[in-house]
Amino acid sequence: MKNTLSVLVENQPGVLSKVAGLFSRRGFNIDSLAVGITENQKISRMTIVVDGDARVVEQVEKQLNKMIPVIKVKVLEPGTFLSSEHSLVKVACKIKQHAEIMNIAELMHASIVDVAPTSLTLEFTGDEDRTQTLLGLLKPYGIKEVVRAGALAMEKGSETTLKQSAKA
Amino acid sequence: MVKCLENEGVKLVFGYPGAAICPFYDSLYRSAVKHVLVREEQNAAHAASGYARMAGVPGVCVTTSGPGATNLITGIATAYMDSIPLIAVTGQVNQWLLGRDVFQEADITGACASFTKHSYLVKDAEDLPRVFKEAFHIASTGRPGPVLIDVPTDVQKQAVASFSYPQKVQIAGYKPRTQGHAMQIRRAAKAVAAAKRPLLCCGGGVVLAGAREELLAFSGKTGIPVVTTMMGLGMVPMDCPGYLGMIGMYGQENANRAMRDADLIILCGARVGDRAVSDPQQISETTKIIHIDIDPAEIGKNMDVDIPIVGDIRLVLHTLAEETDGSAPKPWVEKVKAEKAAYVPKGAPREGSGFVEPRSFLRALFGRMEPDAVLCADVGQSQIWAANNFRVKEGRFLTSGGLGTMGYALPAAIGAKLAAPNRQVVCVCGDGAFQMSSCELATLRQMGADVKIVLMRNDRLGMVREVQSRSYGGRYAATDLTGGPDFGKLAGAYGIPSEEAAGNADAERAAGRMLGQSGPFLLVCRVDPDEPTL
Repeated sequence: MKNTLSVLVENQPGVLSKVAGLFSRRGFNIDSLAVGITENQKISRMTIVVDGDARVVEQVEKQLNKMIPVIKVKVLEPGTFLSSEHSLVKVACKIKQHAEIMNIAELMHASIVDVAPTSLTLEFTGDEDRTQTLLGLLKPYGIKEVVRAGALAMEKGSETTLKQSAKA
Repeated sequence: MVKCLENEGVKLVFGYPGAAICPFYDSLYRSAVKHVLVREEQNAAHAASGYARMAGVPGVCVTTSGPGATNLITGIATAYMDSIPLIAVTGQVNQWLLGRDVFQEADITGACASFTKHSYLVKDAEDLPRVFKEAFHIASTGRPGPVLIDVPTDVQKQAVASFSYPQKVQIAGYKPRTQGHAMQIRRAAKAVAAAKRPLLCCGGGVVLAGAREELLAFSGKTGIPVVTTMMGLGMVPMDCPGYLGMIGMYGQENANRAMRDADLIILCGARVGDRAVSDPQQISETTKIIHIDIDPAEIGKNMDVDIPIVGDIRLVLHTLAEETDGSAPKPWVEKVKAEKAAYVPKGAPREGSGFVEPRSFLRALFGRMEPDAVLCADVGQSQIWAANNFRVKEGRFLTSGGLGTMGYALPAAIGAKLAAPNRQVVCVCGDGAFQMSSCELATLRQMGADVKIVLMRNDRLGMVREVQSRSYGGRYAATDLTGGPDFGKLAGAYGIPSEEAAGNADAERAAGRMLGQSGPFLLVCRVDPDEPTL
């Protein structure tokens, strides 16, 4: 089962390796991990997608909470958050197929960001399902390379992960 | 850095110098903080651990960069597994050389990431007061553990504009909860009142929380019988009527039976590791479990729990005692007490065999020790013999329970003695473990520490050999330690007196002489290589 965690950490050197190390050490599987600075430059946010049952997720949450540079861990409930991922897809394509691929891109709201004689590169932002749909549509042409940034997630509504994050 | 230690009230540090930590040592030389020079860095951490366990404050160990730091790792990991508060200070190469693989460079914060509660690589001396303040706070609060501070040489030399030591710490991500959740405690009290066969199981967390009085008060009020893990040994006076003994793979059958038969187990600061409870899931399927622990991550990790209580065991047990009425049902209490009474400690002297029978001898030895004596048990057969026969009424039992680090006992005993100079300190080890840290005889001698060493000599790695005998067809691969020295002569070379015994009566008389004199002493007991652990 896929679970999405939103983790606020102190923006210090070495924190990413500590968090990543925890996952390998305790035998947890990371599907994706995206990290970036927040509205407060002292705090970074990691969005981590973990594969595992409820027991695994509970341990992940608790073990993350034990780490000193970890400020807040939130396991996001399905349906309560928005999730989106940025991908670049290089697809093999002959010139006469350009129109077909451009059609798919338009349909999926992807942009074509690079054109070469034997390939097109698409830039796409969407959730896991839509990303899979796009990849599925492009597969018959021959996907040469995929670069995915990892899922980002944010809770719906006006709630924030850490209401007092500005003060922290 | 030395000023930071002084501000934390540190009186004693254990260490081993080297080039990269010289600026610190130069300041230490001019300070009132005392230094104990160990003979190998790992033992600095073990000695600091023994010190911390007896003093109740973080133990401090200091080494240089590179090999000094990497030698420390096993000691840090040992403390981590037993949740012992430790501050490990390591020197590091100059900042501008970091990452270039220069002489004696090692990424020690990286290497220790999984064995430390937290670690720092300090890049500006102005940060040192905050770092030390945080480190002591983190090491000693919540679930205690080792904290590493790695300081490059240039940072040690850097002048600080003005030194001021912070009064408070502010760490956004670290706020351990000490008060148990009131509703969960009420639920627990109800479960206790409803239980037909309740049992308390105490681990090392009870020792760390200093919750002995609260435990005895709760058990006394409710009459709930108590078992301990090895790490919890010494928390209940051995003659306490409700005390059933130690559980585990090498524990007492009656204590393990009580764990199986109970319908409610109150786990206090015990992580139910595999050596304590072989199949926790099987127990939790049929038994209601209340788990009290200061570390939320422990709850539900190894065993499913019905009522989780995160908090300081001392406070939680106090509140739980207030909320609980009634006492444990008599038939159950009588049954477990009868089973305990029926338990006959194993091992009896075999005079004329040419060997000391270790279990009966240790019972006799413990009976002669002062009622508040400290026992440091090493790892292996001698550890189990000591644990199963530990009979020191108000005594402490220090061992490497989690990591099982051979060689722990001697340096830990030195640290314990320096923390509690008025208590008798005895170290029990086998000849395998002893040879891993026997260089510390020099430290013992140099400090004049009054530590008595009881060495069980069988010229074998006894516990591994037993496993080979049971599970590997008696193929004794690499467990023969023949070639060990005449240990009496070895001690003599350090100026430490010794005796050797080859029978229980001999050994008991020698133990009497050993305990009757002051100063370090080594008693070597010849033990049959085929002596079983249980």
